[in-house]
Amino acid sequence: MITVTGVGYKIGKTTILEDINLTIPKGGVTALIGPNGAGKSSLLGLIARLTTLQMGRITVDDLGVGACANDVLARKLAILPQTNEVAPLLTVRELVSFGRYPHHKGRPTARDDEMIDQALQRFDLKDFADRRLDTLSGGQRQRAQVAMTFAQDTDYILLDEPLNNLDIAASRALMKELRDLAENHGRTIVIVLHDINYAAAYADLIVAMKNGKISATGAPDQVVTQGLLEDVFETSPKVHRIEGKVLVEV
Amino acid sequence: MLLLACCIIGYLTLGARGNWEFVLPFRGNKLVVLLLVAVSVSTATVLFQTITQNRILTPAIMGFDALYVLILTVLVFVLGGQAYGELSQIGQFALNTSLLMCAALALFGTLLTKARSDLMRMILTGIIFAGLFRAVTGFLQRMIDPNEYAVIQVASFARFARIDGGLLTIAGVLTCGALIVCWQMRHRLDVLALGEVATINLGENPRRGRFQVLVLIAVLVSVSTALVGPMAFLGLLVVSLAHLITPTASHAVLLPCAALVSAVTLVGGQFVLERVMGLTTPLVVVIDVMGGVVFLILLMRGGQR
Repeated sequence: MITVTGVGYKIGKTTILEDINLTIPKGGVTALIGPNGAGKSSLLGLIARLTTLQMGRITVDDLGVGACANDVLARKLAILPQTNEVAPLLTVRELVSFGRYPHHKGRPTARDDEMIDQALQRFDLKDFADRRLDTLSGGQRQRAQVAMTFAQDTDYILLDEPLNNLDIAASRALMKELRDLAENHGRTIVIVLHDINYAAAYADLIVAMKNGKISATGAPDQVVTQGLLEDVFETSPKVHRIEGKVLVEV
Repeated sequence: MLLLACCIIGYLTLGARGNWEFVLPFRGNKLVVLLLVAVSVSTATVLFQTITQNRILTPAIMGFDALYVLILTVLVFVLGGQAYGELSQIGQFALNTSLLMCAALALFGTLLTKARSDLMRMILTGIIFAGLFRAVTGFLQRMIDPNEYAVIQVASFARFARIDGGLLTIAGVLTCGALIVCWQMRHRLDVLALGEVATINLGENPRRGRFQVLVLIAVLVSVSTALVGPMAFLGLLVVSLAHLITPTASHAVLLPCAALVSAVTLVGGQFVLERVMGLTTPLVVVIDVMGGVVFLILLMRGGQR
């Protein structure tokens, strides 16, 4: 369980987040949605201690973010950040193997190699394993990043707009993969999404944010409504319900 | 490895006439200097490129060794050549190195965190810094007594010729210490090279890592500058070559490879110039010309690659 209590965040005088209180249950997929500049990425960054906490408290299970040792949290929680310009000269396998670093600190065991192979297999990267990242397309690189995050083998996985460079097939494959991780492997997925349809289709819990505050929390059914979309995104698309699924007109 | 061995043997033996008991220690001494400088310059450059995450900047280009000379000059200026000369060699070295460490951390510590993403700004800042350091150094050197100037000149001129045993021992101990620390850090360096966000995600503290690396760089730069003075492009040249030879980013491979290339370049270069071509041009000039060309090529090819 991730608990966020009274968290605020400012850059200079600009308030980015204001008094956020949120509980993300263990297991399942939680999607953060909201317009650009709502503070979704900032919140994710704070949970993953990429930015230092200014106000309030965040705990991941019994670990206090900012209070517990960095490497302990690294075995508990992994983040896939939004901008991914890491080391273009690494091969895919090298990149993925970095995911094991928190576990072996530079001395990989047979189990680590096994996990790396599994990650490559799972994200369909076997064929590119020895290619350098700068020779891959954006989508393939994105998959390599996700595979690295997967190889880190943490209970909590945070992803910041992972669908950005992906086409529809790759997007659906990734979301299915994440669902599978949540349902069958007991992982907790927290994901920032732009496309409400993906959020509605794959998430168990949706957190809608606007102007640095949380405006709604709940199951997709309850949250994705015409009223909320108007309120949060200031646009009014039709919301259809087809066979129990929510679909937002684009 | 083999190439290095050839260079060393060639350097030690070729063209030696007269008493072996004199020639070997004499050349051996120079050889040790060359090797120390080669390894410390290449390692400092690899470390610097790791924390700045690019392959163009080197400590020399960012003005580290100009800073060293400046500190030296200021020390002589403030203390007076007499007092400075009276400090033991260990004392001089410790004073210079610790001051360089503080100055480097103060200047580059903030620069590296804030402006790292902006390569052009970094290069520009570095070049301006280096220029500033040299200008201030020149200014101070003009103001001081000629006798004191001689003290500085002895301590800061690029030369591979005569270096006495005391300084060599200190330099050797420091370099070995720094290299051992580097080697122990090699996996963490791999992680640090991935950038701030990835480093945090993998459970390392990027700030602490950067701090440690800057301290190591300061030590290594002071060793090489104290031994032979500033050499602008050696680091860039040899590390670029090392990248060509081993296309991996793993520091466990890169550090020894760069050190090896560097040693071959210096010892081999000195050997060829001194023995084969008959000591007409200083090696530093040749290296700087080649390194300068590599620098330009890298700049043209643009940034991070």
